[in-house]
Amino acid sequence: MSLLVEDLTIARGGVRVLEGVSFTLPAGEALVLRGPNGIGKTTLLRTVAGLQPALSGRVEVDADSVAYAGHADGIKPTLSVVENLSFWAKVFGTEGIAPALEAFDLVALSDRPAGLLSAGQKRRLGLARLVLTGRSIWILDEPTVSLDRDAVAMFAKVVAGHLRSDGSALLASHIDLGLNDASVLDLSSYKAKPLNLNDFDEAFL
Amino acid sequence: MKALLIRDLRLAMRAGGGFGLGLVFFLIVVILVPFGVGPESTLLSAIAPGILWIGALLACLLSLDRVFALDWEDGSLDLLATSPLPMEAVVSVKALAHWLTTGLPLVLAAPVLGVLMNLPQEGYKPLILSLILGTPALSVIGTFGAALTVGLKRGGLLLSLLVLPLYVPTLIFGAEVARRGAVGLDMTTPLLMLAGITCGTIALLPFASAAVLKVNLR
Amino acid sequence: MNLNALWEYANPKKFIDTTDRVLPAISVLAVLCLGVGLIWGFFFTPDDQRQGATVKIIYLHVPAALMAINAWLMMLVTSLIWIVRRHHVSALAARAAAPVGVVMTLIALATGAIWGQPLWGTWWAWDPRLTSFLILFLFYLGYMALWEAIENDDTAADLTSILCLVGSVFAFLSRYAVNFWNQGLHQGASLSLDKEENVSDVFYFPLLVSIAGFVLLFIALVLLRTRTEIRARRLRALLLRERMG
Repeated sequence: MSLLVEDLTIARGGVRVLEGVSFTLPAGEALVLRGPNGIGKTTLLRTVAGLQPALSGRVEVDADSVAYAGHADGIKPTLSVVENLSFWAKVFGTEGIAPALEAFDLVALSDRPAGLLSAGQKRRLGLARLVLTGRSIWILDEPTVSLDRDAVAMFAKVVAGHLRSDGSALLASHIDLGLNDASVLDLSSYKAKPLNLNDFDEAFL
Repeated sequence: MKALLIRDLRLAMRAGGGFGLGLVFFLIVVILVPFGVGPESTLLSAIAPGILWIGALLACLLSLDRVFALDWEDGSLDLLATSPLPMEAVVSVKALAHWLTTGLPLVLAAPVLGVLMNLPQEGYKPLILSLILGTPALSVIGTFGAALTVGLKRGGLLLSLLVLPLYVPTLIFGAEVARRGAVGLDMTTPLLMLAGITCGTIALLPFASAAVLKVNLR
Repeated sequence: MNLNALWEYANPKKFIDTTDRVLPAISVLAVLCLGVGLIWGFFFTPDDQRQGATVKIIYLHVPAALMAINAWLMMLVTSLIWIVRRHHVSALAARAAAPVGVVMTLIALATGAIWGQPLWGTWWAWDPRLTSFLILFLFYLGYMALWEAIENDDTAADLTSILCLVGSVFAFLSRYAVNFWNQGLHQGASLSLDKEENVSDVFYFPLLVSIAGFVLLFIALVLLRTRTEIRARRLRALLLRERMG
């Protein structure tokens, strides 16, 4: 399972942010997106995940192999940790949430309502969902936000394990996870140039 | 799909889920009507089917903005959109969950409120029949409206403005069944039309709701 | 004529250039037709034996009612074009037509009430036709409210287009539901292809002229408003670009 992005142009709120983005992500590798705030990392990740259309260009990926984790974790505060996780396991048709609980050190919190978790614990619960999806391409938007150093190490270990089993990960992150095979793509050079003002054609800018 | 339905039902039942609010609203609307129109039992029994239908419709409307709002806020909707479930299934399950938590209790409560409204003896069966047939359409149409307004900050009022005109045919045929039944007239035609509208909306509208939801997610 | 050439006019620039040339002509024609039709109708036709001079409101009522429905149909077509071909001008034309349509609906409702009062002795009756127009009015309001509520223009175009499609189906259903619900007082159609049922020729020709006037007026207003919407959209895009740096 590999991911191919070719000459992609994307817009946020009707304004072009990135153009001509191309990269490939073969199985077993990780690609870290870098760039200043507002460059369009989230928009790019959402486009690759199929949540929004690109203005032009091509994303070649099997939609059934992608697992997306955005800024929000999709956690229901009134459900317990186990209930939250087993729901997603059922949606993705996978069995057994125990490995995911262990990987993110959530076993002791199993029966606690998710609403009573701290921000870092919630994030760990959100990331544990990824393990359950059983999908090979992980698309992660700032996965380490509100994680402490131990939790980041936990997460790095999970990602490394995922890569070893021929999975791949596309992530936007400022923290160095210490992944061996991770390549880095700096998006600054793809910043979209404004269109010619007189080029008033089908699109309005 | 079953997992999503069970989760939604569970969320509705737990604290803050709002289960039962629609029912209480229905009760209050029906209780307020006699204060507005006067206590004569002949008048009340004449307008009973219509009032019960309008009360059920408004109670349904009240809980619509919750259908997608919470899942939108906490990001679940993004995650569901990238899950193996097709969007059409997600909106259908959401509509079903809405009907089970709002529509069905209304149907069950309607006979009790019928007593308060002096509904004639023969009117109960048609009333329940028309509500059972009609409320699923209200949930499905309402889910479409909820999908349209999910990203908006003050979507609640707009939601009513969009959904109420769409409710007109269902209301007309549903209340007609209940009204004709109460006075012992033949009710085959409106009953068939009501069933047709319900089947049609269940079959087709989820595609529109899913399309709209995808637009709102991007 | 090559049909594909028609899509060229979906380019905003081309649209504005073309309408620059045709809009004055259409406006003049509209005023001319309206003037002739209404003056002919009001002053140079006999009173009806049964309805007296009241009948003359037909020259406003029928064309307005026709345009109220046709405006919605036009929105339906342009919405479909937007969904299928994604021409921005098409979506903006639908947006432009809605306020015109809602005003036509209001004119039809108001003139209907004024006509109905001496005839039926009441300003309002829950007659199927009147009720249908009231429901159409609600659909217009919802459609316009949705356009106003959404910030992103493309999202708004997508959502309102789908609402227009779904709304059309339900408006159609409502029409039948309302017919079934109450048989009504309203007279039969004033115009139909079946000549027997038509109003007599004396009323017929001025009516046709004023309908032509309303159609031209509608076209002129929609073109004008579409140009405004195109420019407003361009303005928003420029402002956004300015702010985004």
